[in-house]
Amino acid sequence: MGQNLRIVIAKPGLDGHDRGAKVVARTLRDAGHEVIYTGLRRTAMQIVETVRDEDAKFLGLSSLSGAHNHLFPRVCQLLIEEGLTDVIVFGGGIIPEDDRSALHESGIRAIFGPGTPTNEILEFIDTASKMTDVGVGAENKWQWESTA
Amino acid sequence: MDLNLINEAVDGSRRSLARTLSLIENGEISIEQIRQVLNIEGNPSDSKSWNSLAITGAPGVGKSCLIDKLLSIWANSGLKIALLAIDPSSPRTGGALLGDRVRITSVDDEALKDKIYIRSIATRKSSGNVPLIVADMIEFLHIAKWDRVIVETVGSGQSEVRCAAIADRIVVIEGPARGDGVQAEKAGLLELADAVIVNKSDLSGAEKHAEELQESFELGLGDAPPVLLTSALNETGIAEAAHVLLNLADSGRSVRARWRERLLAHYERKILDAPDLDKILSSLAIGSISIDEAISILGGQ
Ligand code: B12
Ligand SMILES: Nc1nc2c(ncn2[C@@H]2O[C@H](COP(=O)(O)OP(=O)(O)OP(=O)(O)O)[C@@H](O)[C@H]2O)c(=O)[nH]1
Ligand SMILES: [Mg+2]
Repeated sequence: MGQNLRIVIAKPGLDGHDRGAKVVARTLRDAGHEVIYTGLRRTAMQIVETVRDEDAKFLGLSSLSGAHNHLFPRVCQLLIEEGLTDVIVFGGGIIPEDDRSALHESGIRAIFGPGTPTNEILEFIDTASKMTDVGVGAENKWQWESTA
Repeated sequence: MDLNLINEAVDGSRRSLARTLSLIENGEISIEQIRQVLNIEGNPSDSKSWNSLAITGAPGVGKSCLIDKLLSIWANSGLKIALLAIDPSSPRTGGALLGDRVRITSVDDEALKDKIYIRSIATRKSSGNVPLIVADMIEFLHIAKWDRVIVETVGSGQSEVRCAAIADRIVVIEGPARGDGVQAEKAGLLELADAVIVNKSDLSGAEKHAEELQESFELGLGDAPPVLLTSALNETGIAEAAHVLLNLADSGRSVRARWRERLLAHYERKILDAPDLDKILSSLAIGSISIDEAISILGGQ
């Protein structure tokens, strides 16, 4: 696997389910990455400021409460406004199939639901980190086809 | 080197600051190079007030919670404060979970967020509770006009004094007494402390522990450092601690011990950065060279 990356794992909004985010954070750490966990109930702006100050290359958003349609695109939009266009955004949690294409449209490269094998998340990170134009502000429409 | 990036960082761009700090941390540029391109001579220290303050102490004593409250008071008084929060890297995988930020909510305050910068740092290859590269990151933060830099060390064992190598002042955070008095093993760290804070004063045993510490300092040589009581939970004693720490004088205690830590830290970095390190470790592992031989190979580089 490549070099260690700085990755922010964030919980936007009022959602209090943090097990999944912690599982993912642990997985990424065990794969050799430096993971910054934001804790619960962050606003979109706070998440973007954390990504900026921590100089993270990836941002993972977790939502199980149903607010993803609003919060995920908001985070993407703010990242672009702050000039953080090269940050690669991915997400997971309870995200119905029907909602996913709009999220991809807003710049999210991968979405992982319950039961995702953790290896797949690592494969995504590895693949995306080798691509040059998959940041949230890139024109490229590439997305990861996840199995869950 | 990207001079634009560095100039933007100095002119206040947080994004460029964060990126420059990464370049320093990754060894892609050195602080000497930055000084050179910006025409800065040496380390501008006026020695009276401190530039960097290390906050250290056992895991879970409340370092992050306390720092959160202190940041808010200092930022409110107009200072621009940076926090470098250190957590350990796994020696096996190199990965790290950097979680100190979770407790720092002062930066969420709209009125303060421009005055507080928080950066999480993994120890990576270095042993000890603060990697030496942090000293260079601190210096760059000062160049970029951050008034003071706080370093939260890894929750450290009692004899862990490596932070003495990088910070101007050291504050040791303690918890309530566990009924065994001031342990001898703590001596190393307490000897270097410019101040000691007993946190969790809302719990029983805190006051007693502060008294024990005070007594043991009075038995020792030289000036006793201030011993303060706080509760980050109930926010008691915080304003006083903020005032005392901000104006903390160099205790001048254990100057030699500090230089000892600096020397060890630099020497360790030399060894860890040696190009042949991997080869030497493999040779050691298969027993083809001895430790003494390894040291002389490394020392000769
Ligand atoms: C445990 C649980 C709780 C616990 C949470 C404990 C905690 N600290 O996390 C408690 C009891 C507190 C709780 C409360 C509530 N819950 Co609840 N809860 C669950 C439950 C049963 C399991 C969630 C879980 O922990 N799974 C285990 C983890 C490891 O899996 P995961 O989170 O899905 O994460 C995996 C993937 O999704 C993905 N992933 C997740 N995040 C991310 C992020 C990134 C970056 C990546 C790459 C991947 C990724 O990877 C993970 C590993 O595979 C789910 C039902 C379900 N089966 O999902 C309901 C569920 C999420 N809860 C639900 C609800 C409604 C609630 C409540 C509002 C009230 C209620 N009815 O119980 C409250 C609200 C709490 C709050 N403040 O937000 C609903 C949400 C409905 C919706 N979205 O439309 C669910 C789906 C149950 C249901 N079917 O109705 N809940
Ligand atoms: N009762 C009490 N609990 C406190 C106080 N300060 C912190 N805590 C609790 O102590 C626990 C650890 O606090 P942290 O601030 O994370 O401690 P830390 O020293 O930074 O821990 P590490 O970074 O893991 O070494 C948390 O559960 C806090 O809520 C206090 O003054 N009183
Ligand atoms: Mg901490």
